[in-house]
Amino acid sequence: MQLTGAQALIKSLEMERTEVIFGLPGGAILPAYDPILDSPIRHVLVRHEQGAGHMAEGYAHVTGRPGVAMVTSGPAATNLVTPLCNAYMDSVPMVAITGQVSRSVIGSDSFQEADTVGITRSVTKHNELLMSPEEIPLAVRQAFLLATTGRPGPVLLDIPKDVLQAKMEWYWPTDGEVSDSMPGYRPTTKGHPRQVREAARLITASKRPVIYAGGGILKAHAADALRKLAELINVPVVTTLMARGAFPDSHRQCLGMPGMHGNYTAVTSMQEADLLIALGTRFDDRVTGNTSGFAPHAKIIHVDIDPAELSKIRQADVPIVGDCRLVIEELVRVLIEGGEPQPDRSAWWAQIADWQARFPLHYDPQADGEGLKPQAVIEALRDSSPPGTILVAGVGQHQMWASQYWRFEEPYTWVNSGGLGTMGFAVPAAVGAKVGRPDRTVWAIDGDGCFQMTAQELVTAAAERIPVKIAILNNAYLGMVRQWQELFYEERYSEVYLSPDLPDYVKWSEAMGCAAFRVESPEDVQPVIDKANSIDDRPVVIDFRTDWLEKVFPMVPAGHSNSDIIVHPAQRSGGEKVVQ
Amino acid sequence: MALATSSTGWVSGSGHVRHQTLSIIVENRAGVLARVSALFARRGFNIISLAVAPTDDEAFSRITIVIDLEETSVEQVTKQLFKLVNVVKITELAPGEAIERELALISVRCAPPGGPGPSRGEVADLVRIFGGTVVDVGQEALTVMVAGQPSLLDDFEELLRPYEIIDMQRTGRVALPKLERQAPGRRRAGASGLLRPVAH
Ligand SMILES: Cc1ncc(C[n+]2csc(CCOP(=O)(O)OP(=O)(O)O)c2C)c(N)n1
Ligand SMILES: [Mg+2]
Repeated sequence: MQLTGAQALIKSLEMERTEVIFGLPGGAILPAYDPILDSPIRHVLVRHEQGAGHMAEGYAHVTGRPGVAMVTSGPAATNLVTPLCNAYMDSVPMVAITGQVSRSVIGSDSFQEADTVGITRSVTKHNELLMSPEEIPLAVRQAFLLATTGRPGPVLLDIPKDVLQAKMEWYWPTDGEVSDSMPGYRPTTKGHPRQVREAARLITASKRPVIYAGGGILKAHAADALRKLAELINVPVVTTLMARGAFPDSHRQCLGMPGMHGNYTAVTSMQEADLLIALGTRFDDRVTGNTSGFAPHAKIIHVDIDPAELSKIRQADVPIVGDCRLVIEELVRVLIEGGEPQPDRSAWWAQIADWQARFPLHYDPQADGEGLKPQAVIEALRDSSPPGTILVAGVGQHQMWASQYWRFEEPYTWVNSGGLGTMGFAVPAAVGAKVGRPDRTVWAIDGDGCFQMTAQELVTAAAERIPVKIAILNNAYLGMVRQWQELFYEERYSEVYLSPDLPDYVKWSEAMGCAAFRVESPEDVQPVIDKANSIDDRPVVIDFRTDWLEKVFPMVPAGHSNSDIIVHPAQRSGGEKVVQ
Repeated sequence: MALATSSTGWVSGSGHVRHQTLSIIVENRAGVLARVSALFARRGFNIISLAVAPTDDEAFSRITIVIDLEETSVEQVTKQLFKLVNVVKITELAPGEAIERELALISVRCAPPGGPGPSRGEVADLVRIFGGTVVDVGQEALTVMVAGQPSLLDDFEELLRPYEIIDMQRTGRVALPKLERQAPGRRRAGASGLLRPVAH
């Protein structure tokens, strides 16, 4: 069967069970847009290519399947760089297709030519420029395999226009052919048995262990295995920003989020631990604070599918390369077979309970005449949302409050930008999440600053009838930056004021085809949330006017040890900080 | 980036810093060298030299990289390199376990016949002692070639310095693991033959 490269591309995407492509056409990719008309694959037409990338990420976060984004060459490909980098940092499976100028003019600075493969090399797990139509089916199979196996990540295929137009004889490569075509790609999935036994020994010997669970748990579908392990050994669990939902917040053993804005108990238990069981996590600096002062008494068991993460930041006593689910299941088996009882850890649990009682998350109630407390808004949203609601966040204070005050009970219900911290992530990622899980309510908690970066994707959502819900915590500031200037730059506020009503978020959202509301007083919070939850035929935006002075606590100042954690002023016993 | 290959002329010095040679088998495809060098730049790895050429199997090339151990961890380098899909095999070659060679072309000023300064003969003698050859002769200069262990080249360069070096090009080292000398029955347990892959 003779196909054009473009037909082969779309057929290959179908063979990989692609449901949806997020994209926007243009000159070089034009040939690939023609066969889309005859394909069962849904295409979501974005308003900016960055939106296509973040939608693909949101889709991937909630479905576990790679998100697909397709855009043209040059400026469209460069618009995709931010989401590629975001997906790379957060190990999100994604396949990006970019058009390229025709082979004969590559290298001549022709119209809309960019060295896409060169530009995206360091922000993709792999990328390829395809120089003949025959390469397309194999390259697509490779891309899906690379995006989803080992440590997941974004893969980009750059396809010249004339390659899309040229004819090829259709074929579909076998698993064996795909594997043979990548002799250097053999991710290790099974943990080394001796190391697993050693991990079991360390666990059984530890008095103050903490399970430090990262986003790898979700990537490996290891949430059930994690719960089995945690309950078997009765050890507290912290879930990083990327792992919220990997272990239920309501679980007795869950300590919540560690890190720069983690809660006191999660942070301090890691500092005081004698063993960290690090699962699918990478000792990011936002978790460790100053690494030289991080968890000084702890031995480290580190499980990750990416060997390069082991001992990159902190030397592991027991490094285990492997898939988190397989390794945890094996560890559980070894622990059960070994039959050794876990030591008495009642003193450790008592210590933890004491921290939890003394330093819960705290905010002061709203004072008369001041803005809404953002935390209270999030609690109201949380308590009004059906189980299984997917929460998406932008980047800034609102993101930290969202992670702190939501209750995550299920995996794949939290979508955020962790490693790159990409403002503008929330709106498009929410759209992608809703496309992936139309059965779920999708709320995004966004900042006023973030919203202005990618709000136009609400036009996409309205046009495509993708009813996402956006709560803007409008503090009229680039709040997180303002917080740093207040605390570390002597309240010298430089270029952080945005204004509460320029733009008018309600009018703007209405113009984009959304239902939109403004909430200024606490009595209106609940009724408007209820109203928003009842609307299911359009996107909804709520402009919550929040207290611009509110800060995120606790906080570990950048570059400090986690032992220097600053709690909420109301919890400070006289001094500026509580160092227990 | 710290891609201080010997092509800069004076930054040889691999004999003076603690170093480690990596022999990397990569797929022989467009862009692979760019991926490898971009990785070094991106991660801030310091390398001393880099040489690349196809192997006997045209599907693969061998990249020989000498890394500066003062600045860079071999473990991170190899692990990060292994994440490149086109990297097939990496072998760490400790100095004692490898045959390492490098080649240098050096143009050196010498006096025209009868003129003042060092004569051609004087330079040619030195070249001969180092097992090199004179490969080009001009009115007031010679180009000589020396091949050998990198430290030999360092010594040669040092001894040529009193003469005026006009130009120099070193290739960066290439290396292969040493061959097994013992009969198969007498090999130490665990000695795994020729190559010692460091990760897979
Ligand atoms: C694209 C991008 N630019 C700049 C930053 C730096 N930054 C981090 S948080 C923040 C402020 C975000 O403001 P807003 O969306 O209003 O959220 P708030 O902190 O007020 O809740 C900025 C500018 C970033 N993370 N991403
Ligand atoms: Mg703000």
